[in-house]
Amino acid sequence: MASQVLEVKNASAGAASPGIRLTEPVAKLIDTSTCIGCKACEVACQEWNDLPAETTVNFGTYQTLPEMTPHLWNLIRFNEVEMDGQLHWLMRKDQCMHCAEPGCLKACPAPGAIVQYENGIVDFQQENCIGCGYCIAGCPFNVPKLSSQTKKVYKCTLCVDRVSVGLEPACIKACPTNCLSFGTKENLLLKAQKRVDQLKAAGFNTAGIYDPPGVGGTGVVTVLAYADKPEVYGLPLNPRIPLALWLWKAPLKWIGNLAILGGIVGTFLHYLRYGPKRVPEDKKDTHVPATGGQP
Amino acid sequence: MSTHRILPSGGVLRYNLTERVIHWLAGFSYIYLLLSGLAFWTPWMWWLAIFLGGGPVAREVHPWIGLIFTFAVIYMYAMWARDMRITKQDLEWREFIGEYVRNEEEQERDPHKAIRGYQKFAPVDRFNYGQKYLFWVMFWGGLTLFATGMVLWFSDYLPWSLHFLRLVSVLLHPIAFLVTLGGFIIHVYMGTAIVRGGIDSVIRGEVSMPWARFHHRLWLDKVVAEEKTAEK
Repeated sequence: MASQVLEVKNASAGAASPGIRLTEPVAKLIDTSTCIGCKACEVACQEWNDLPAETTVNFGTYQTLPEMTPHLWNLIRFNEVEMDGQLHWLMRKDQCMHCAEPGCLKACPAPGAIVQYENGIVDFQQENCIGCGYCIAGCPFNVPKLSSQTKKVYKCTLCVDRVSVGLEPACIKACPTNCLSFGTKENLLLKAQKRVDQLKAAGFNTAGIYDPPGVGGTGVVTVLAYADKPEVYGLPLNPRIPLALWLWKAPLKWIGNLAILGGIVGTFLHYLRYGPKRVPEDKKDTHVPATGGQP
Repeated sequence: MSTHRILPSGGVLRYNLTERVIHWLAGFSYIYLLLSGLAFWTPWMWWLAIFLGGGPVAREVHPWIGLIFTFAVIYMYAMWARDMRITKQDLEWREFIGEYVRNEEEQERDPHKAIRGYQKFAPVDRFNYGQKYLFWVMFWGGLTLFATGMVLWFSDYLPWSLHFLRLVSVLLHPIAFLVTLGGFIIHVYMGTAIVRGGIDSVIRGEVSMPWARFHHRLWLDKVVAEEKTAEK
């Protein structure tokens, strides 16, 4: 893929500078049916992004940690699920989904702390981040992680530094089974559909593509053998920007702005019309003749 | 009530030093919370965050000032909750809130008649119905801001299974902010522009006898009665 000039399509708190060039949305394809759980992508992510290794914990699975952390942006989830009388060992690469309509960006109050480039990559700009954690509330996928050391949030950047100079993300480069691929979203959806057709031919009738419309589709497209039950992979069935966030950022904000303005204008008008309350004694015998000494 | 006395100057002590200090602790902390909160509320007001030392500083300081405000609110509850109970007289007073808003108790030029006429429908104790209402709005609003603010402060420690708490807080925090701001605007306006002498009373604690008789006659009656029993 050719190198890309990254213009900012959308930014938190209205700091966007949309571009005028035609930029195709990029995407990452994760084919869970060929993931072998080797964690090469985890290592590649840590290496490329210079992230220190986290101390792992044993909680009875192969999974590195229960959740992503400020230092772990790429986590292979190992799910053991019983379906149809069989035990399924399902692996899925978990990371930021790069939503077309990012809840994190909508929630963020700091201008330019979360940006969405014209190519669809959603990126945190730590120099603008104030560490409020509102993005955590806005994300339906439990992705942004606030560092207690730096008081900034971190997540997968889709290797925007690599993509902008025409390289594919580090995790893609490391994957030994071609379970991961990178390209324009249009091409990857075609590729994903082919794989789904193969899986269906092989007897996985519920195979499908996870590209949830509730968040406008995602920049990380996932092929699932059991697409009717994404929960078994740890994915929400119908993710969307939380209702609370929508209520807060749309009606409440405008009702609030009008109410604040109305309160200020209203009290001012009230003063013009009615003025202060005076204690009656104040009014009595206040007339002092200009000449003549005693009132 | 024992601290309230008729002063040698002839005025009446309306707020003792503790009450004044706590009032301004609440006042100044609320103003800081308001300014930094407005910066987070809308990008139009983001310049307030710059003014307060930059976004990260405003974000870091906001919850600590919030703790001070919460402390002041709880202290005020301890000091004033008894005086703030809404009584039958308050509900009668409320009937005439229109007249109160339009300053119609002033129509009568003769001061003694005016007071009598006014007090006929409004025998007000230490606080009138509006003040009491403000107190309860700020109290419940303050507690809501505290509870939801704690969730947002420690958002990164909240497990995903309690995610709904984040969503509730993200919505309730600004709602409580707007409600308390409504109370705050009216309170500042009434205390400075409308009820002359109001702001002095909460700075130096003293009001004049006519002021006390006009605005809080029941309270003045009690103070005078207590003074008399104290003299005996």
